[in-house]
Amino acid sequence: MDVLVLARIQYAITTIFHFFFVPLSISMIFLVAIFETMYVWKKKKIYLDMSLYWGKIFLISFAIGVVTGILQEFQFGMNWSEYSRFMGDVFGAPLAVEALLAFFMESTFIGIWMFGRNKLPKWTIALSAWLVALGTSLSALWILAANSFMQEPVGFKVENGKAILTSFTALLTNPQLLVEYPHTIFGALATGGFVIGGISTYNLLKKRNIEFFKKSFNYAMVVACVAGFGLIFSGHTQAQHLMKSQPMKMAASEALWEDSGDPAAWTLIGGIDTDKKENKWEVNIPYLLSYLAYSEFDGSVEGLKTLQAKYEKLYGDNINYIPPVKTVFWSFRIMAGFGGLMVLLSLIGLWFANRGTITNQKWFLRSMTGAIVLPFIANTTGWIMTEIGRQPWTVFGYYTTAQSVSPNVSKGQLLFSTISFSSAYVILTIIMIMMVARIAKEGPDALLKEKLDTKVDLMDKEAFEK
Amino acid sequence: MSLEVLWFVLVAVLFIGFFFLEGFDFGVGMSTRLLARNKHEREQILTTIGPFWDANEVWLITAGGALFAAFPSWYATMFSGYYTLFVILLLALIIRGVGIEYSHHAKTDKTKNFWYWLFFIGSLVAPFSVGMLFTSLVRGMPIDAKMHLYGSFADFVNIYSLVGGLAVVLLSLVHGLTFIGLRTTGDIHERATSLLNKVYIVLFVGEVIFAVLTYFQTDLFDVRPVATPVLLGLTVVATVLGMLYANKGREGYAFTFSGLAVAFVVAMLFIGLFPRVMISSIDPAFNLTIHNAASGHYTLSVMTKVAFTLLPFVLGYQIWSYYVFRQRISPKK
Ligand code: HDD
Ligand code: HEM
Ligand code: HEM
Repeated sequence: MDVLVLARIQYAITTIFHFFFVPLSISMIFLVAIFETMYVWKKKKIYLDMSLYWGKIFLISFAIGVVTGILQEFQFGMNWSEYSRFMGDVFGAPLAVEALLAFFMESTFIGIWMFGRNKLPKWTIALSAWLVALGTSLSALWILAANSFMQEPVGFKVENGKAILTSFTALLTNPQLLVEYPHTIFGALATGGFVIGGISTYNLLKKRNIEFFKKSFNYAMVVACVAGFGLIFSGHTQAQHLMKSQPMKMAASEALWEDSGDPAAWTLIGGIDTDKKENKWEVNIPYLLSYLAYSEFDGSVEGLKTLQAKYEKLYGDNINYIPPVKTVFWSFRIMAGFGGLMVLLSLIGLWFANRGTITNQKWFLRSMTGAIVLPFIANTTGWIMTEIGRQPWTVFGYYTTAQSVSPNVSKGQLLFSTISFSSAYVILTIIMIMMVARIAKEGPDALLKEKLDTKVDLMDKEAFEK
Repeated sequence: MSLEVLWFVLVAVLFIGFFFLEGFDFGVGMSTRLLARNKHEREQILTTIGPFWDANEVWLITAGGALFAAFPSWYATMFSGYYTLFVILLLALIIRGVGIEYSHHAKTDKTKNFWYWLFFIGSLVAPFSVGMLFTSLVRGMPIDAKMHLYGSFADFVNIYSLVGGLAVVLLSLVHGLTFIGLRTTGDIHERATSLLNKVYIVLFVGEVIFAVLTYFQTDLFDVRPVATPVLLGLTVVATVLGMLYANKGREGYAFTFSGLAVAFVVAMLFIGLFPRVMISSIDPAFNLTIHNAASGHYTLSVMTKVAFTLLPFVLGYQIWSYYVFRQRISPKK
């Protein structure tokens, strides 16, 4: 394995791990902020319990989000120094603003929210939770602005072999950002909805804390359902946009080697042969690809071979411009398929919740608990499609992944870092899942007991002598 | 002032902020073993930084982001050149962050202790590696004409960088113990001061060795014949005053001076660097400077506007949060 391969493996592993926790943090604090607000408004203790209980899971996720995030930032300089030189002028600004605008806000108000409860009025605590939620979504906005530039470079010129920013506004109104941001946020919200939903149904099945978990479940399903529909609509706009901005990625996600007919059929599944550049068999749904690409029932889509020929003329003919087709194809199908499944589940959930018969539906309660994994897999496959579908480019049309890697980092160093980071991450993730599972099993009662055990909370007013 | 100079100053300020704020967090982390005797005391001193440590670490993240945005080549050369050191730093920051946060959720004493140990080790290794980084940086590194740094073991690990790493560890420990003195009551409060006296003695010795080595190993005295000795002198004065005030029980002053000592050392390093940002030991012509490493004018001016709009808010709510949690932490009964 050479340095480039190792750097890519490391990037993929660490980023996928980071994004395992990020959507959970974004959505859990959003739901916690809602519970805090309900507590201020309705003054019922159950809302406080909900905020504390689900807040615990948020904190566990957030802690790993923070430590893996630092690595994300440093990694660009460490493994991708040439990319950083090329892109710094454009890429650095959103990253710096993200830290200044979002990370400071998140980390300060999380302290207030965690430790300030006995010192400040209720509404200040609720406001702090909202500010943390705002911070996480702003942080997503800025980092996605940077990512969108890589998918669709705008507002810049190339000078002395470097990308130089010419319009900050263009960076923030990048059409790619406008479709990518809502989709990612909906993906995050769905994650929290399904985690709270799944843990709730698990406890409902065991008939524990029925009232608490029924209420949590209702909130979770509303969020999951809205997010689910949001995902499908925003995903559709993304696909349409992709047709214009990166047709190669679109063709790869369809395993479309030759130009499609008109109207274009959508391949549900197929046997892809990347060596022969053909599909051995496929199951097609007529008209659907035309609809996905253009929202109309006609129109053809260019195939991979046509696009390769086009790109060779544009960018030089010694590079293979076709990304790993199988990965992109199956990632897309898993993501979109799970999206449909999630909408279905959340609709059924809302139906039962509405009729008040949820506790009787054993099969449904079990499925919801199993469904916790769905948003995580869909988020990951979504990013795999987006990022691997962009290969061989890091900055589409301008800079390739092969050019991006640090020339002065050795194989040994990369091996050392990849192994240590991955093992640290695997261990942390296992511990985190065990912690969440324990919290799920213990339910909110353990929380109350904990409070009685520690008679004097260190941060309580009584704890201070003067 | 040109925008490049302004951003050099801002980067320096961000690093000074990081060393000042995260410095006492590191010190508190070391104190969980060096000062605290049992789990109650450990919990007590961890509570002093509980609400703050994450925001303090964001100073480092912001410094990194500012470096990337304002001086992409500095960021690229330094982060790829100091590869192994950064891996170690990152591992330390990872176990440290997880350690402090997960100790809240641990059920048994055994697991709690495990997280405390991670926090301790991370708090020790992180300042040491940052200290090594900055001292070897001012000593000069083999940077070639293409701005690539190919360092050998001795470029990273040498007497100067080891003393530099140790100096940052000691400064952080002093600063952290002073912070504990300021923020606690009870037995631990008394013992923090007596341990502080011992650490201060070691720190004085360390400062003298560091100053001598700076003279022989770097060009800081030639480049800045006034600023370097003055700032080194001020560092010593600040530590003396910090120790005196700590013993008098004037903890506010003691904390100010232990913090100033940190700030003076970091300021000395950055002033000595300027206008270079990375020094090439191969040929001065290969130095990275604020001119050849910087971003374009447009990016810098946009960032300047954004930074000066946001900074008052950021500082405002951070100060407010210190105000909210101003009471001292008592031992658990
Ligand atoms: C869509 C959202 C999103 C995406 C794509 C990324 N992140 Fe992230 N990141 C967040 C959303 C987020 C967050 C929600 O704001 C986190 C997660 C938990 C947290 O503490 O904040 C965070 C944490 C976080 C932190 C620690 C912040 C702190 O200490 O408070 C850093 C330095 C980064 N991220 C940097 C990055 C980089 C360089 C990325 C690009 C590869 C990246 N993140 C992808
Ligand atoms: C958080 C969600 C993200 C995930 C899960 C993710 C995942 C991936 C994956 C799987 C690759 C391809 C690895 C390969 O084929 O080599 C990749 C490449 C890349 N991504 Fe992302 N990515 C995410 C977000 C981002 C963001 C927000 C940025 C920039 C701001 C970014 C920058 C890059 C770069 C520079 C590469 C090229 C390096 C490479 O090819 O390995 N990614 N990413
Ligand atoms: C049925 C519905 C869905 C469709 C049609 C769809 C469509 C898409 C498309 C076309 C992309 C690639 C965009 C690009 O490369 O520019 C994408 C990316 C992504 N998808 Fe989906 N998606 C669907 C469901 C989901 C679900 C259920 C989730 C998660 C819970 C999800 C999470 C993501 C993420 C995180 C990305 C990468 C970031 C981005 O580009 O926005 N998607 N999706």
